[in-house]
Amino acid sequence: MSTTSRTNILTVRNLYGRIEGQQVVEDVSFDVPDTGVTALLGRNGVGKTSTIKSILGLIDRTGAITLAGRRVDRLPTHKVVQLGVGYVPEDREVFGKLSVAENLKLAERSAHPNRALVEELFPDLVQRHAQLAGTLSGGQQQMVSLARALLNQNRLLLVDEPTKGLSPKIVTEVTQALLAAAKTVPILLVEQNLQVIRQLADRVVVLSGGRVVFTGEAAELLDDPERIQRYLGVHSGADHSSTDHSNTEQVPA
Amino acid sequence: MSTIVLLLITGLGLGALYFLVASGLSLIYGLMGVLNFAHGSFLTIGAFIGWEVARRLSDGSWWALVAAMLTGAVVGALVAAATEFFLIRRLYNRHIEQVLVTVGLALASVALFEGIWGTDPTYVTSPSWLGQTTEILGARIPNNRFMLILVAVLVLVAIVLFLKFTRYGLIVRAGVENRLMVTALGIDVRRAFTLVFAIGGAAAGLGGVLASIYYGYVSAHIGGSLLIFAFIVTVIGGLGSLAGAAIASVLVAVLQQFANFYLGGTGDLAVVLALAAVLLLRPRGLMGAKA
Repeated sequence: MSTTSRTNILTVRNLYGRIEGQQVVEDVSFDVPDTGVTALLGRNGVGKTSTIKSILGLIDRTGAITLAGRRVDRLPTHKVVQLGVGYVPEDREVFGKLSVAENLKLAERSAHPNRALVEELFPDLVQRHAQLAGTLSGGQQQMVSLARALLNQNRLLLVDEPTKGLSPKIVTEVTQALLAAAKTVPILLVEQNLQVIRQLADRVVVLSGGRVVFTGEAAELLDDPERIQRYLGVHSGADHSSTDHSNTEQVPA
Repeated sequence: MSTIVLLLITGLGLGALYFLVASGLSLIYGLMGVLNFAHGSFLTIGAFIGWEVARRLSDGSWWALVAAMLTGAVVGALVAAATEFFLIRRLYNRHIEQVLVTVGLALASVALFEGIWGTDPTYVTSPSWLGQTTEILGARIPNNRFMLILVAVLVLVAIVLFLKFTRYGLIVRAGVENRLMVTALGIDVRRAFTLVFAIGGAAAGLGGVLASIYYGYVSAHIGGSLLIFAFIVTVIGGLGSLAGAAIASVLVAVLQQFANFYLGGTGDLAVVLALAAVLLLRPRGLMGAKA
């Protein structure tokens, strides 16, 4: 896939992020094209989640962040999101004391949310609309988390480790949902599961030591075991077409 | 038997006052993590201005009392919203500064109230029925206790309906669980902060007018003295839990009344011991969220 014909929905330049004075993102620069899935990769603790949070303004940040041609790095989180950014956080972060329906209602940003898409992708949630989100399984909570983002017309989705801690069956369902979503909205994806990355990602950005060390087509990285070993610390050799995640490769801690 | 009924119902009346103060404290802490030591000032100014209005309308009439309660609630709401907007908003997540500012505001406002209304209590004139008693199971219950209980129940129902059936109520309930995630859904949670301060201030202002009926006077220190017990109620009930605040208000006030009567005026001591017991045995309170 060529990148020359693409425009970028998100550009990040010289991004620094801090949590309680501690530098967690250091001089990160990359682009996210306006189509497809861009995977943000790296070993645990390199700052992938912090980069996503910096883009949203959930942690202190400096640097230039441009969304659809507009600088957003001085905007508070809710304004960044209102410009059309959907966020699926690490660990789901559903509101456990609210019902499924209330979780979704809270996430609606317009008078005409895309309920049909959510009901098509996650029919289980329709059945469980009155159930407290805190009583759902991890997979069901992830569906609520994804549904909250997909309800709205977004320019970009930021999806942070959507398959973390889920069973292989649910990983497949989540992957399918993200594949469907990626047809209509570009996605910046943080993911540890290389099988999932193979299925979803068009491009990859690799962080190491808080900095970007590789940017390019997904195949360029995923077909190069030496690079995978060097950047992600994992051996690659699985069947790329497999959707069986019982033996998935994980980027180690 | 009549003594027990008297203590129970007067305890419920006092609990109603505690709830009107503690409900706001609990909501504010639950959503924003702010321990608001200036909350008693919202009560006091609500009481003073409410009775100023009543006095100018028709002292001792029912409609003057209603006007006083409405004025107290509105003044409490406005002062609380202004406090959040001008002082607290800049200090979220800076807990030491919040405590310093709210304690400072509480001290300064007492001095201001004493400067305006003097240091002596100002006695209030309420409708004569409130000063009479009604006999229940042989106990002669002051009528004003019934009004306190009724108003507190109405306030509780109103807050529950607001939380359950309005969009801002939904935002507040979600914000109590995870404030950052609410903003990450594109919601300006600061508006909810101001609104919750205003609701808490309204309940406190209304409580101020009712407290002055309970005590028979209003003074610059009326808010501060009730605030101490409201904090105890909030901690025992569980910080951030409205239902916990309601239950703890009743338990604390009834315990206080019984201890005062049967244990030689040791009500305040009994309440402090109950607080210590809860902190030792169940630090998150009766209905507080797990840490």
